Amino acid sequence: MIAASAPVQRPRDARLLVIGAARAVTQAARVEWVDHVRPGDLVVANDAATLPASLRGTHLASGAPLEVRLAGRASLATEDVSFSAVLFGAGDWRTRTEERALPPPLAAGDRLALGPLVATVQGALGHPRLLRLRFEGEPTAVWAGIARHGRPIQYAYMSQALALWDVWTPIAALPVAFEAPSAGFALDWRSLARLRSRGADFATITLAAGISSTGDPALDARLPLAEPYRLSAATAAAIGDAKGRGGRIIAVGTTVVRALEHSGGRAGSGVADQRVGPGTELGVVDALLTGTHEPQENHYQLLRAFADEATLAVASAALEAGRYRTHEFGDSMLVFKTPGAVLSNSAPPKRHRAWTQVLAGFLRGAAVSSPSASA
Amino acid sequence: MTDLKVAITGGTSGLGLALVREFRRRGARVAFVARTAHTVAAVAQKHGAHGIVGDVARKEDIHPVALQMTAALGGLDVLVNNASSLGPTPLALLADTECEQLELALATNVLGPFRLTKALLGALTASAREGRGAVVLNISSDAAINAYAQWGAYGASKAALAQMSAIWDEELRAEGVRFLWLDPGDMDTPLHALALPDADRTTLKRPERAARELVDAVEAALAKEHA
Repeated sequence: MIAASAPVQRPRDARLLVIGAARAVTQAARVEWVDHVRPGDLVVANDAATLPASLRGTHLASGAPLEVRLAGRASLATEDVSFSAVLFGAGDWRTRTEERALPPPLAAGDRLALGPLVATVQGALGHPRLLRLRFEGEPTAVWAGIARHGRPIQYAYMSQALALWDVWTPIAALPVAFEAPSAGFALDWRSLARLRSRGADFATITLAAGISSTGDPALDARLPLAEPYRLSAATAAAIGDAKGRGGRIIAVGTTVVRALEHSGGRAGSGVADQRVGPGTELGVVDALLTGTHEPQENHYQLLRAFADEATLAVASAALEAGRYRTHEFGDSMLVFKTPGAVLSNSAPPKRHRAWTQVLAGFLRGAAVSSPSASA
Repeated sequence: MTDLKVAITGGTSGLGLALVREFRRRGARVAFVARTAHTVAAVAQKHGAHGIVGDVARKEDIHPVALQMTAALGGLDVLVNNASSLGPTPLALLADTECEQLELALATNVLGPFRLTKALLGALTASAREGRGAVVLNISSDAAINAYAQWGAYGASKAALAQMSAIWDEELRAEGVRFLWLDPGDMDTPLHALALPDADRTTLKRPERAARELVDAVEAALAKEHA
């Protein structure tokens, strides 16, 4: 595949690879994704706006330059200004993350000057690049500081630095995502109107989509981090209605699959901390609109909950042969769950808890496995 | 209006300040934006509103402002695009108006509301889907309709804003977002004094009265959506 290097959310020639429920792999123009939606179906997307989560600054004790990438949070609450963060040393986004310098050695209590903000290191999270930080000051001043000083997390394969408007989907609402929920780039208001005219429905979940890769294999193996979300009563009702009338639930983005499955379709706030992969029995979601994922990516594992290895291999070959574009601004896939198939070849446990345990202290007991009552 | 989440542009003087006060008086939660840090802080403290420093005429400010609005309020039900530019001051004939002065009027009165509405549309439609209703109020003027000599930059930009509002309203009705574009009348405000310094202020409408009428209209539009 080819890296999509221009920050255009909906290029006119964007393509779509469809994996049907009967394992057929077909190709279409992405604007035609709505044609695969049936009357009665419900499309659910993440309406998080993307934070400018990359903050440049210095380690106050040593004066060493660093880049902080905010990566996770225990809740969606405005008052919560404690984050997990991935740190890089000198250099900027033009250097591939794999080659970025380590941050200076940091210890709990160290302070970082980040533009107008000061953050205190709360502790390490089991890796020299991964720390827990807490910003000093009133939460509203912290958000103002992030809004003005922060920049979107950048990607070395892009031809230019991303601006905030490049990484907000058309439906972006609460600013809680650390990287763009980029599957939602495929949405525009015209396609939402077409959904409605086809007798399908649209709903949103608000989900703090975390960082997608760090360039460090040991760290990447621990992704995705736990992701707080809120499912509104209106969306829970829309899911119930769709299920009741025999409609399918189509998630926009892999993180939406994870959060919807975690919620069981019930309204409330929760923290999605499980992994979805081969062997996961999907109870809520029937189909997934997502980017084009390659077998070595984390996201690819999630596809294995929808389709068997042979079908995914056919899809991967089609993406490769068709020179599909990949990454945040790339082409898309629409994957329907193969009904009744045994999808697991290796059958790992349904839920990996190791990462959750690392984060347990950080999450202050919020790493629940079922959503709490509506906040 | 308890729990209503309202964002207002140009909230530190004239009609914008009166709107901050009126929405607060009726129990709404309010975030506002204006350009001058110390007046923003003073109004925020006095009226228990969330103040944001920014300039809606600047493209680079829009998303950081929108981010702070939704972060502070936890969502958004009502957006009031109030901040306005007269164009050249003192007022000038169109033939004497510099292109840059027209550009500034368009940036503040048309592009700013367009960009901010777009940036906040996700939050507004989310409110509509959750049954809270969603309203965008764009402050218009009789200069959007009538051809007043020396009001060319302002009148042309307000006419564009009014037509844009009408089209937004047509297009977004199905999403549950309603648009209002209303003329508050000739008010005793700093903007009016800048335009017509010799006007008899006793003949001008109090901005407080205009704010009451506008908030009534927003309330009625929200009630209609619920009905």
